[in-house]
Amino acid sequence: MLTARIIPCLDVKDGRVVKGVKFQNLKDAGDPAQLARAYQEQGADELVLLDVSATPDGRRTQLEWVRRVRSEISIPLSVGGGVRTLEDAGALLQAGADKVGINTAAVRNPGLLQSMAATFGSQCTVLALDAAKNQNGSFNVVIRSGRERLEQDAVEWARRAAGLGAGEILLTSWDRDGTRRGYDLDLLDAISSAVSVPVIASGGASEPRHLLAALRAGADAVLAASIFHYGEYTVGDLKQFLDSNQVEVRI
Amino acid sequence: MKNTFVQVVSTGTANMASVLAGLERAGARPQITADPDRILHADRLVLPGVGSLGAAMSRLEENGLVEALRDRLLSGRPTLAVCVGLQILCESSAESPGVRGLGVFSGRVERFDRSVRVPQMGWNRVEAGDGCELIEGGYAYFANSYRLVDPPAGFCAAFSDHGGRFVAALERGGVLACQFHPELSGAWGLELLRRWLEQNGGVTC
Repeated sequence: MLTARIIPCLDVKDGRVVKGVKFQNLKDAGDPAQLARAYQEQGADELVLLDVSATPDGRRTQLEWVRRVRSEISIPLSVGGGVRTLEDAGALLQAGADKVGINTAAVRNPGLLQSMAATFGSQCTVLALDAAKNQNGSFNVVIRSGRERLEQDAVEWARRAAGLGAGEILLTSWDRDGTRRGYDLDLLDAISSAVSVPVIASGGASEPRHLLAALRAGADAVLAASIFHYGEYTVGDLKQFLDSNQVEVRI
Repeated sequence: MKNTFVQVVSTGTANMASVLAGLERAGARPQITADPDRILHADRLVLPGVGSLGAAMSRLEENGLVEALRDRLLSGRPTLAVCVGLQILCESSAESPGVRGLGVFSGRVERFDRSVRVPQMGWNRVEAGDGCELIEGGYAYFANSYRLVDPPAGFCAAFSDHGGRFVAALERGGVLACQFHPELSGAWGLELLRRWLEQNGGVTC
Protein backbone atom coordinates (compact mmCIF):
# COMPACT_ATOMS: atom_id res chain seq x y z
CA MET A 1 0.00 0.00 0.00
CA LEU A 2 1.14 3.53 -0.70
CA THR A 3 2.27 5.32 2.42
CA ALA A 4 1.22 8.82 3.46
CA ARG A 5 3.89 11.29 2.40
CA ILE A 6 5.23 14.05 4.63
CA ILE A 7 6.64 16.92 2.59
CA PRO A 8 8.53 19.86 4.10
CA CYS A 9 8.32 23.00 2.00
CA LEU A 10 11.08 25.57 1.67
CA ASP A 11 10.53 29.06 0.30
CA VAL A 12 13.57 30.25 -1.62
CA LYS A 13 14.14 33.90 -2.42
CA ASP A 14 17.15 34.99 -4.47
CA GLY A 15 18.73 31.60 -3.82
CA ARG A 16 18.28 31.75 -0.03
CA VAL A 17 15.73 30.00 2.16
CA VAL A 18 13.43 32.54 3.79
CA LYS A 19 11.10 32.28 6.82
CA GLY A 20 13.51 31.88 9.76
CA VAL A 21 14.48 28.26 9.79
CA LYS A 22 15.92 27.23 13.15
CA PHE A 23 18.01 24.13 12.85
CA GLN A 24 20.79 22.93 15.04
CA ASN A 25 24.17 22.05 13.59
CA LEU A 26 23.78 23.75 10.27
CA LYS A 27 26.59 26.00 9.18
CA ASP A 28 24.29 27.97 6.93
CA ALA A 29 20.56 27.75 7.67
CA GLY A 30 19.79 29.81 4.57
CA ASP A 31 21.32 27.35 2.14
CA PRO A 32 18.63 25.32 0.30
CA ALA A 33 20.95 22.34 -0.23
CA GLN A 34 21.97 22.03 3.44
CA LEU A 35 18.37 22.30 4.62
CA ALA A 36 17.14 19.83 2.03
CA ARG A 37 19.69 17.35 3.26
CA ALA A 38 18.73 17.90 6.90
CA TYR A 39 15.07 17.19 6.09
CA GLN A 40 15.99 14.10 4.13
CA GLU A 41 17.89 12.83 7.17
CA GLN A 42 14.81 13.43 9.34
CA GLY A 43 12.84 11.11 7.05
CA ALA A 44 11.11 13.53 4.67
CA ASP A 45 9.43 11.63 1.82
CA GLU A 46 9.82 14.42 -0.70
CA LEU A 47 10.67 18.12 -0.76
CA VAL A 48 8.86 21.06 -2.29
CA LEU A 49 10.91 24.16 -3.01
CA LEU A 50 9.06 27.28 -4.01
CA ASP A 51 10.90 30.14 -5.63
CA VAL A 52 9.34 33.28 -4.18
CA SER A 53 11.78 35.70 -5.82
CA ALA A 54 9.88 38.75 -6.92
CA THR A 55 12.16 39.65 -9.80
CA PRO A 56 13.71 37.87 -12.79
CA ASP A 57 17.04 38.89 -11.32
CA GLY A 58 16.30 37.00 -8.11
CA ARG A 59 15.19 34.00 -10.08
CA ARG A 60 18.40 33.87 -12.08
CA THR A 61 19.97 31.67 -9.39
CA GLN A 62 17.13 29.14 -9.59
CA LEU A 63 18.71 26.50 -11.80
CA GLU A 64 21.92 26.70 -9.83
CA TRP A 65 20.32 25.95 -6.46
CA VAL A 66 18.08 23.26 -7.94
CA ARG A 67 21.24 21.54 -9.20
CA ARG A 68 22.87 21.77 -5.79
CA VAL A 69 19.81 20.43 -3.97
CA ARG A 70 19.56 17.58 -6.46
CA SER A 71 23.13 16.50 -5.87
CA GLU A 72 22.54 16.50 -2.09
CA ILE A 73 19.35 14.46 -1.87
CA SER A 74 18.06 11.09 -3.05
CA ILE A 75 14.34 11.72 -2.55
CA PRO A 76 11.93 13.41 -4.98
CA LEU A 77 12.22 17.14 -5.50
CA SER A 78 9.29 19.25 -6.62
CA VAL A 79 9.95 22.85 -7.66
CA GLY A 80 7.49 25.66 -8.30
CA GLY A 81 7.17 29.42 -8.40
CA GLY A 82 7.38 31.63 -11.44
CA VAL A 83 7.18 28.85 -14.04
CA ARG A 84 5.58 30.36 -17.13
CA THR A 85 6.49 28.25 -20.14
CA LEU A 86 7.28 24.74 -21.27
CA GLU A 87 10.92 25.84 -21.56
CA ASP A 88 10.95 27.02 -17.90
CA ALA A 89 9.64 23.61 -16.81
CA GLY A 90 12.11 21.74 -19.02
CA ALA A 91 15.05 23.70 -17.63
CA LEU A 92 14.03 22.89 -14.05
CA LEU A 93 13.67 19.19 -14.83
CA GLN A 94 17.02 19.19 -16.57
CA ALA A 95 18.59 20.83 -13.52
CA GLY A 96 17.31 18.02 -11.32
CA ALA A 97 13.71 18.70 -10.31
CA ASP A 98 11.53 15.59 -10.56
CA LYS A 99 8.29 17.54 -10.73
CA VAL A 100 7.35 21.09 -11.65
CA GLY A 101 4.37 22.91 -10.18
CA ILE A 102 2.46 25.60 -12.02
CA ASN A 103 -0.37 27.79 -10.79
CA THR A 104 -0.97 31.18 -12.44
CA ALA A 105 0.45 30.08 -15.80
CA ALA A 106 -1.87 27.06 -15.89
CA VAL A 107 -4.94 29.15 -15.09
CA ARG A 108 -4.08 31.61 -17.87
CA ASN A 109 -3.04 28.91 -20.32
CA PRO A 110 -4.48 25.48 -19.43
CA GLY A 111 -2.83 24.07 -22.57
CA LEU A 112 0.48 24.36 -20.73
CA LEU A 113 -0.55 21.44 -18.48
CA GLN A 114 -1.31 19.43 -21.58
CA SER A 115 1.99 20.18 -23.26
CA MET A 116 3.95 19.52 -20.06
CA ALA A 117 2.24 16.15 -19.63
CA ALA A 118 2.82 15.25 -23.28
CA THR A 119 6.47 16.31 -23.21
CA PHE A 120 7.60 15.21 -19.74
CA GLY A 121 4.81 12.94 -18.48
CA SER A 122 1.99 13.48 -16.00
CA GLN A 123 4.19 12.39 -13.11
CA CYS A 124 6.30 15.54 -13.67
CA THR A 125 3.30 17.83 -14.02
CA VAL A 126 1.91 19.31 -10.80
CA LEU A 127 -1.01 21.70 -10.61
CA ALA A 128 -0.41 24.10 -7.73
CA LEU A 129 -3.96 25.05 -6.86
CA ASP A 130 -4.51 27.91 -4.42
CA ALA A 131 -8.12 28.23 -3.30
CA ALA A 132 -10.26 30.30 -0.93
CA LYS A 133 -13.79 29.81 0.34
CA ASN A 134 -16.51 32.18 -0.92
CA GLN A 135 -19.76 33.33 0.71
CA ASN A 136 -21.67 30.36 -0.70
CA GLY A 137 -19.29 27.89 0.92
CA SER A 138 -17.71 26.77 -2.34
CA PHE A 139 -14.14 27.52 -3.37
CA ASN A 140 -12.59 29.96 -5.82
CA VAL A 141 -9.24 29.79 -7.57
CA VAL A 142 -6.58 32.20 -6.29
CA ILE A 143 -3.59 33.19 -8.43
CA ARG A 144 -0.52 35.44 -8.34
CA SER A 145 0.52 34.34 -4.84
CA GLY A 146 -2.79 35.38 -3.33
CA ARG A 147 -3.01 38.75 -5.03
CA GLU A 148 -5.90 37.82 -7.29
CA ARG A 149 -9.05 35.88 -6.40
CA LEU A 150 -10.97 34.62 -9.43
CA GLU A 151 -14.62 33.72 -9.95
CA GLN A 152 -13.44 30.37 -11.27
CA ASP A 153 -14.61 27.35 -9.26
CA ALA A 154 -11.70 25.45 -7.71
CA VAL A 155 -13.30 22.00 -7.92
CA GLU A 156 -14.15 22.42 -11.59
CA TRP A 157 -10.62 23.62 -12.29
CA ALA A 158 -9.05 20.68 -10.45
CA ARG A 159 -11.14 18.26 -12.47
CA ARG A 160 -10.28 19.95 -15.75
CA ALA A 161 -6.56 20.18 -14.91
CA ALA A 162 -6.40 16.46 -14.08
CA GLY A 163 -8.10 15.75 -17.40
CA LEU A 164 -5.48 17.85 -19.21
CA GLY A 165 -2.67 15.81 -17.70
CA ALA A 166 -1.77 17.18 -14.26
CA GLY A 167 -0.52 14.14 -12.35
CA GLU A 168 -0.80 15.65 -8.89
CA ILE A 169 -2.49 18.58 -7.19
CA LEU A 170 -0.69 20.65 -4.57
CA LEU A 171 -3.71 22.18 -2.86
CA THR A 172 -3.17 25.26 -0.71
CA SER A 173 -5.94 26.87 1.29
CA TRP A 174 -5.43 30.58 1.04
CA ASP A 175 -7.73 31.04 4.06
CA ARG A 176 -5.57 28.84 6.26
CA ASP A 177 -2.05 29.47 4.98
CA GLY A 178 0.01 31.00 7.77
CA THR A 179 -2.83 30.79 10.34
CA ARG A 180 -1.58 27.61 12.11
CA ARG A 181 -5.26 26.58 12.53
CA GLY A 182 -5.01 23.36 10.55
CA TYR A 183 -5.73 22.44 6.94
CA ASP A 184 -9.08 23.30 5.36
CA LEU A 185 -10.71 19.88 5.51
CA ASP A 186 -13.78 20.89 3.51
CA LEU A 187 -11.56 22.02 0.65
CA LEU A 188 -9.54 18.80 0.82
CA ASP A 189 -12.64 16.66 0.77
CA ALA A 190 -14.14 18.60 -2.15
CA ILE A 191 -11.03 18.38 -4.33
CA SER A 192 -9.81 14.89 -3.45
CA SER A 193 -13.22 13.36 -4.13
CA ALA A 194 -13.49 15.21 -7.47
CA VAL A 195 -10.23 13.88 -8.98
CA SER A 196 -8.42 10.55 -9.10
CA VAL A 197 -4.89 12.03 -9.09
CA PRO A 198 -3.10 12.39 -5.74
CA VAL A 199 -3.72 15.50 -3.67
CA ILE A 200 -1.20 17.18 -1.35
CA ALA A 201 -2.70 19.20 1.52
CA SER A 202 -1.08 22.55 2.22
CA GLY A 203 -1.77 25.60 4.37
CA GLY A 204 -2.34 25.89 8.11
CA ALA A 205 -0.57 22.95 9.77
CA SER A 206 0.93 23.55 13.21
CA GLU A 207 0.18 20.37 15.16
CA PRO A 208 0.47 16.64 14.47
CA ARG A 209 -3.29 16.18 14.69
CA HIS A 210 -3.70 18.57 11.74
CA LEU A 211 -1.75 16.20 9.52
CA LEU A 212 -3.77 13.22 10.68
CA ALA A 213 -7.04 15.06 10.03
CA ALA A 214 -5.94 16.00 6.50
CA LEU A 215 -5.00 12.41 5.64
CA ARG A 216 -8.35 11.22 6.97
CA ALA A 217 -10.14 13.89 4.90
CA GLY A 218 -8.68 12.47 1.69
CA ALA A 219 -5.18 13.92 1.30
CA ASP A 220 -2.52 11.57 -0.05
CA ALA A 221 0.31 13.69 1.29
CA VAL A 222 0.73 16.58 3.70
CA LEU A 223 2.94 19.58 3.14
CA ALA A 224 4.07 21.86 5.95
CA ALA A 225 6.63 24.55 6.53
CA SER A 226 6.65 26.32 9.89
CA ILE A 227 5.93 23.18 11.93
CA PHE A 228 9.35 21.93 10.81
CA HIS A 229 11.24 25.17 10.45
CA TYR A 230 10.73 26.27 14.03
CA GLY A 231 12.03 22.93 15.23
CA GLU A 232 8.80 22.15 17.08
CA TYR A 233 8.59 18.71 15.51
CA THR A 234 10.87 16.70 13.30
CA VAL A 235 9.53 14.74 10.36
CA GLY A 236 10.30 11.62 12.41
CA ASP A 237 8.16 12.84 15.34
CA LEU A 238 5.20 13.33 13.01
CA LYS A 239 5.66 9.93 11.41
CA GLN A 240 5.68 8.28 14.84
CA PHE A 241 2.47 10.08 15.67
CA LEU A 242 0.79 9.01 12.40
CA ASP A 243 2.04 5.45 12.79
CA SER A 244 0.53 5.23 16.29
CA ASN A 245 -2.75 6.34 14.70
CA GLN A 246 -2.75 3.53 12.14
CA VAL A 247 -1.59 5.63 9.20
CA GLU A 248 1.03 3.77 7.17
CA VAL A 249 4.19 5.84 6.81
CA ARG A 250 7.72 5.09 5.67
CA ILE A 251 9.77 4.73 8.83
CA MET B 1 33.90 -0.73 -6.73
CA LYS B 2 34.36 3.02 -6.91
CA ASN B 3 34.40 4.98 -10.14
CA THR B 4 32.81 2.31 -12.30
CA PHE B 5 31.99 3.77 -15.71
CA VAL B 6 28.33 3.36 -16.48
CA GLN B 7 26.75 4.16 -19.84
CA VAL B 8 23.34 5.82 -19.60
CA VAL B 9 21.13 5.60 -22.67
CA SER B 10 20.09 9.02 -23.94
CA THR B 11 16.33 8.52 -23.90
CA GLY B 12 15.48 12.22 -23.79
CA THR B 13 13.40 11.71 -20.68
CA ALA B 14 12.88 14.17 -17.90
CA ASN B 15 14.48 12.26 -15.04
CA MET B 16 18.02 12.18 -16.44
CA ALA B 17 19.48 14.57 -13.84
CA SER B 18 18.19 12.49 -10.94
CA VAL B 19 19.46 9.26 -12.48
CA LEU B 20 22.93 10.72 -13.04
CA ALA B 21 23.05 12.17 -9.50
CA GLY B 22 21.93 8.84 -8.04
CA LEU B 23 24.59 6.88 -9.92
CA GLU B 24 27.28 9.34 -8.82
CA ARG B 25 26.20 9.02 -5.20
CA ALA B 26 26.45 5.24 -5.56
CA GLY B 27 30.08 5.64 -6.67
CA ALA B 28 29.70 5.33 -10.44
CA ARG B 29 30.85 7.62 -13.24
CA PRO B 30 27.87 7.90 -15.57
CA GLN B 31 28.28 8.84 -19.24
CA ILE B 32 25.35 9.56 -21.54
CA THR B 33 25.40 7.67 -24.83
CA ALA B 34 23.34 7.07 -27.95
CA ASP B 35 25.94 4.87 -29.63
CA PRO B 36 24.59 1.40 -30.55
CA ASP B 37 28.02 -0.19 -30.21
CA ARG B 38 28.48 1.09 -26.67
CA ILE B 39 24.93 0.17 -25.79
CA LEU B 40 25.53 -3.40 -26.91
CA HIS B 41 28.97 -3.85 -25.35
CA ALA B 42 29.28 -1.51 -22.33
CA ASP B 43 30.13 -3.24 -19.06
CA ARG B 44 27.19 -1.58 -17.39
CA LEU B 45 24.24 0.19 -18.94
CA VAL B 46 21.35 2.17 -17.48
CA LEU B 47 18.09 2.67 -19.36
CA PRO B 48 16.24 5.54 -17.71
CA GLY B 49 12.73 6.44 -18.60
CA VAL B 50 9.67 8.38 -17.71
CA GLY B 51 6.71 9.06 -19.95
CA SER B 52 5.05 6.48 -22.15
CA LEU B 53 6.26 3.26 -23.76
CA GLY B 54 5.39 4.74 -27.16
CA ALA B 55 7.51 7.86 -26.63
CA ALA B 56 10.44 5.83 -25.28
CA MET B 57 10.34 3.34 -28.18
CA SER B 58 10.16 6.02 -30.86
CA ARG B 59 13.18 7.74 -29.34
CA LEU B 60 15.13 4.47 -29.38
CA GLU B 61 14.05 3.85 -32.97
CA GLU B 62 15.07 7.36 -34.09
CA ASN B 63 18.53 6.72 -32.71
CA GLY B 64 18.74 3.20 -34.13
CA LEU B 65 19.19 1.64 -30.71
CA VAL B 66 16.43 -0.97 -30.62
CA GLU B 67 18.42 -3.93 -31.91
CA ALA B 68 21.50 -3.22 -29.80
CA LEU B 69 19.41 -2.88 -26.66
CA ARG B 70 17.40 -6.02 -27.30
CA ASP B 71 20.53 -8.07 -28.06
CA ARG B 72 22.20 -6.78 -24.94
CA LEU B 73 19.25 -7.64 -22.72
CA LEU B 74 18.87 -11.11 -24.20
CA SER B 75 22.56 -11.76 -23.64
CA GLY B 76 22.13 -10.78 -19.96
CA ARG B 77 24.83 -8.10 -19.78
CA PRO B 78 24.47 -5.94 -16.65
CA THR B 79 21.65 -3.52 -17.38
CA LEU B 80 19.51 -1.41 -15.10
CA ALA B 81 16.14 -0.33 -16.51
CA VAL B 82 14.12 2.24 -14.58
CA CYS B 83 10.35 2.95 -14.62
CA VAL B 84 9.27 2.97 -18.28
CA GLY B 85 12.61 1.24 -18.79
CA LEU B 86 10.96 -1.85 -17.29
CA GLN B 87 7.83 -1.44 -19.37
CA ILE B 88 9.63 -1.28 -22.71
CA LEU B 89 11.08 -4.74 -22.03
CA CYS B 90 7.50 -6.02 -22.40
CA GLU B 91 5.65 -6.67 -25.65
CA SER B 92 3.10 -3.87 -25.41
CA SER B 93 1.32 -1.38 -23.18
CA ALA B 94 -2.29 -0.23 -22.93
CA GLU B 95 -0.83 3.30 -22.79
CA SER B 96 0.54 3.13 -26.33
CA PRO B 97 -1.78 0.96 -28.44
CA GLY B 98 -0.17 -0.51 -31.54
CA VAL B 99 3.41 0.10 -30.37
CA ARG B 100 5.66 -2.91 -29.91
CA GLY B 101 8.05 -2.93 -26.97
CA LEU B 102 11.41 -4.70 -27.02
CA GLY B 103 9.65 -7.97 -26.23
CA VAL B 104 12.47 -9.29 -24.05
CA PHE B 105 9.69 -11.19 -22.34
CA SER B 106 6.02 -11.68 -23.04
CA GLY B 107 3.55 -9.54 -21.18
CA ARG B 108 1.41 -6.47 -21.55
CA VAL B 109 1.44 -3.41 -19.30
CA GLU B 110 -1.99 -2.26 -18.10
CA ARG B 111 -3.32 0.79 -16.29
CA PHE B 112 -3.83 0.62 -12.53
CA ASP B 113 -7.27 -0.26 -11.28
CA ARG B 114 -9.82 2.57 -11.13
CA SER B 115 -10.28 2.07 -7.40
CA VAL B 116 -6.92 3.72 -6.58
CA ARG B 117 -5.21 7.05 -7.16
CA VAL B 118 -3.49 7.25 -10.53
CA PRO B 119 -0.65 8.08 -11.04
CA GLN B 120 0.64 6.01 -8.17
CA MET B 121 2.83 8.71 -6.63
CA GLY B 122 4.81 8.00 -3.52
CA TRP B 123 6.49 5.37 -1.39
CA ASN B 124 5.24 1.82 -1.51
CA ARG B 125 6.39 -1.32 0.28
CA VAL B 126 8.42 -3.68 -1.92
CA GLU B 127 8.56 -7.39 -1.09
CA ALA B 128 11.33 -9.40 -2.73
CA GLY B 129 10.18 -12.73 -4.14
CA ASP B 130 12.03 -16.04 -4.16
CA GLY B 131 15.54 -15.98 -5.54
CA CYS B 132 16.05 -12.21 -5.63
CA GLU B 133 19.74 -11.42 -5.24
CA LEU B 134 19.74 -7.64 -5.61
CA ILE B 135 16.34 -6.49 -4.41
CA GLU B 136 15.59 -6.49 -0.71
CA GLY B 137 12.36 -5.60 1.05
CA GLY B 138 11.83 -1.91 1.80
CA TYR B 139 10.08 1.25 0.69
CA ALA B 140 10.58 2.52 -2.85
CA TYR B 141 9.42 5.68 -4.61
CA PHE B 142 7.03 5.12 -7.52
CA ALA B 143 5.54 7.54 -10.06
CA ASN B 144 3.57 5.53 -12.61
CA SER B 145 0.10 5.02 -14.04
CA TYR B 146 0.71 1.68 -15.77
CA ARG B 147 2.18 -1.53 -14.41
CA LEU B 148 2.92 -5.17 -15.15
CA VAL B 149 0.80 -7.61 -13.16
CA ASP B 150 2.27 -11.03 -13.93
CA PRO B 151 6.02 -11.63 -13.72
CA PRO B 152 7.51 -13.24 -16.83
CA ALA B 153 9.01 -16.72 -16.67
CA GLY B 154 12.76 -16.80 -16.07
CA PHE B 155 12.94 -13.67 -13.92
CA CYS B 156 12.93 -13.28 -10.16
CA ALA B 157 10.32 -10.69 -9.20
CA ALA B 158 9.61 -8.25 -6.39
CA PHE B 159 6.08 -7.03 -5.78
CA SER B 160 4.12 -4.09 -4.42
CA ASP B 161 0.42 -3.47 -4.00
CA HIS B 162 -1.66 -0.60 -5.36
CA GLY B 163 -5.22 -1.74 -5.96
CA GLY B 164 -3.80 -5.25 -6.34
CA ARG B 165 -0.38 -6.84 -6.61
CA PHE B 166 1.95 -5.69 -9.37
CA VAL B 167 5.55 -6.20 -10.44
CA ALA B 168 7.81 -3.71 -8.64
CA ALA B 169 11.04 -5.10 -10.09
CA LEU B 170 12.51 -7.97 -12.08
CA GLU B 171 15.98 -9.40 -12.00
CA ARG B 172 17.90 -12.03 -13.93
CA GLY B 173 21.64 -12.08 -13.41
CA GLY B 174 22.90 -8.57 -14.06
CA VAL B 175 19.64 -7.40 -15.59
CA LEU B 176 17.63 -5.39 -13.08
CA ALA B 177 14.40 -3.70 -14.13
CA CYS B 178 12.67 -1.46 -11.56
CA GLN B 179 9.20 0.03 -11.89
CA PHE B 180 10.16 2.32 -9.00
CA HIS B 181 12.91 4.94 -9.05
CA PRO B 182 15.96 3.65 -7.16
CA GLU B 183 17.59 7.06 -7.67
CA LEU B 184 14.78 8.68 -5.66
CA SER B 185 14.31 5.93 -3.09
CA GLY B 186 16.57 7.34 -0.39
CA ALA B 187 19.15 5.18 1.37
CA TRP B 188 17.34 1.99 0.37
CA GLY B 189 17.54 2.91 -3.33
CA LEU B 190 21.17 3.96 -3.01
CA GLU B 191 22.07 0.57 -1.52
CA LEU B 192 20.27 -1.18 -4.38
CA LEU B 193 22.24 0.87 -6.94
CA ARG B 194 25.46 -0.03 -5.14
CA ARG B 195 24.62 -3.73 -5.12
CA TRP B 196 23.88 -3.63 -8.84
CA LEU B 197 27.14 -1.75 -9.53
CA GLU B 198 29.18 -4.21 -7.48
CA GLN B 199 27.46 -7.36 -8.66
CA ASN B 200 29.47 -9.75 -10.78
CA GLY B 201 26.42 -11.14 -12.53
CA GLY B 202 25.94 -14.68 -13.65
CA VAL B 203 23.19 -15.82 -11.30
CA THR B 204 20.06 -16.92 -13.09
CA CYS B 205 16.62 -17.81 -11.86
